[in-house]
Amino acid sequence: MRTLKPKRHLRVRLRVNGQEMKREVEARKSLADFLREDLRLTGTHVGCEQGVCGACTVLVEGAPVRSCLMLAVQAEGFSVETVEGLAPPEGPLHPIQEAFHRHHALQCGFCTPGILMTLKAALSEERERSREEIRELLSGNVCRCTGYHHIVDAVEEAARLLRQGAEVGP
Amino acid sequence: MKPAPFEYVAPRGVEDVLALLERYGEEAKLLAGGQSLMPMLGMRLHRPGVLIDLNRVEGLGGIRREDGWLRVGAMTRHAEVERSEMVREAAPLLFRAVPLIGHPAIRNRGTLGGSLAHNHPASELPAVAAALEARIHVQGPSGGRTLSPPEFFTSYLSTALEEKDLVTGVSFPVLGEGWRSSFLEFSRRVGDFALVGVAVLARLEKGVCREARIALTGVGGVPVRASGAEGLLQGAALSPEAMERAASAVQEEVEPLSDFHGSSDYRRHLCGVLTRRALAEVAGRDEE
Repeated sequence: MRTLKPKRHLRVRLRVNGQEMKREVEARKSLADFLREDLRLTGTHVGCEQGVCGACTVLVEGAPVRSCLMLAVQAEGFSVETVEGLAPPEGPLHPIQEAFHRHHALQCGFCTPGILMTLKAALSEERERSREEIRELLSGNVCRCTGYHHIVDAVEEAARLLRQGAEVGP
Repeated sequence: MKPAPFEYVAPRGVEDVLALLERYGEEAKLLAGGQSLMPMLGMRLHRPGVLIDLNRVEGLGGIRREDGWLRVGAMTRHAEVERSEMVREAAPLLFRAVPLIGHPAIRNRGTLGGSLAHNHPASELPAVAAALEARIHVQGPSGGRTLSPPEFFTSYLSTALEEKDLVTGVSFPVLGEGWRSSFLEFSRRVGDFALVGVAVLARLEKGVCREARIALTGVGGVPVRASGAEGLLQGAALSPEAMERAASAVQEEVEPLSDFHGSSDYRRHLCGVLTRRALAEVAGRDEE
């Protein structure tokens, strides 16, 4: 029988970008901070810490979540995908990343990982989206640099490439 | 800022949750979707000694039909409700409102029970519960009880829940033939909290409104039923004039506050506009 004793520190085991990870962590640590500090995966960014800006978006069991609003311990037994998992260090880039590069869809890049992960989940559905629908899809990710136009262009191209069966990384 | 240190536990059963609440009551907080609680912990508006995670508890999920009711478990994610064919058929008002909650990432974690227990003054689900006259099921130290929306939503960010209580689920009545619904809200950006929102239900017979329910969010601490406007519509043909009269009645019934996001006058104006549009939608749907 499991003990029901509340604890300040716990062991957490989860799969991050396909790799099994086991760490001891303070219960109050967010998944975002855990990814960044404990696993040194600093691609996931912390913006508002209130769930509004979307910079911290990662995929948990394939679904986009705000990693700043999840405790690391809550990811026990789950698979987590971060921006680092989109492409191997030596390349090639994921089609979404390629499209972002081609369309100059990032400037400072702070919002970009959150947008990429939001898109990875959304574009796994094979359906055409209007620019209006793309904007709505992006409405949960705040970008202060680009004005979104190039991002929408990049998403259109990425969606088209993925529907045509473009090669996706590991 | 980060949350103050706490002890964390993830029980597996409702009985365990109740036992933990019994033991730690005052210093414990329940963690559902976390989309409202986590920012509050981060801002240290709450400093619980013990955080009881509900996300591994069996028996708090599920969407099912039972006689004339749609029963939804407290830990049901908004995303699940959004995708549910059963909800679409049995409680179209709920189905229409849920996609307006925040953004998809929020809806993947946020829960029905959590949203109602939090009772944010501009959130959608309390108004939906009020319009549908839902029953909210609570388990506590002395057993189970069921509350109506007016009993449950007491004040700004407050409910009738006591320290050791747990929301286990919500039952929405399946309204059936002749009922049409609309949920409209206004926010400056998609996904923001609404300035105001209106839930409208009307039972129509050949263009005549037999019964109407109008519930608003964003106009006070709790969802407000515009009973005066509802009364005006009863037995009336749903003409543009009737809709206008109802919209004006709503404006007179609400007492919205001014804040950083909008003045009282502006909110009142929005109430009228949204009521009129929601009624027009409802009338339009009757012709389909």
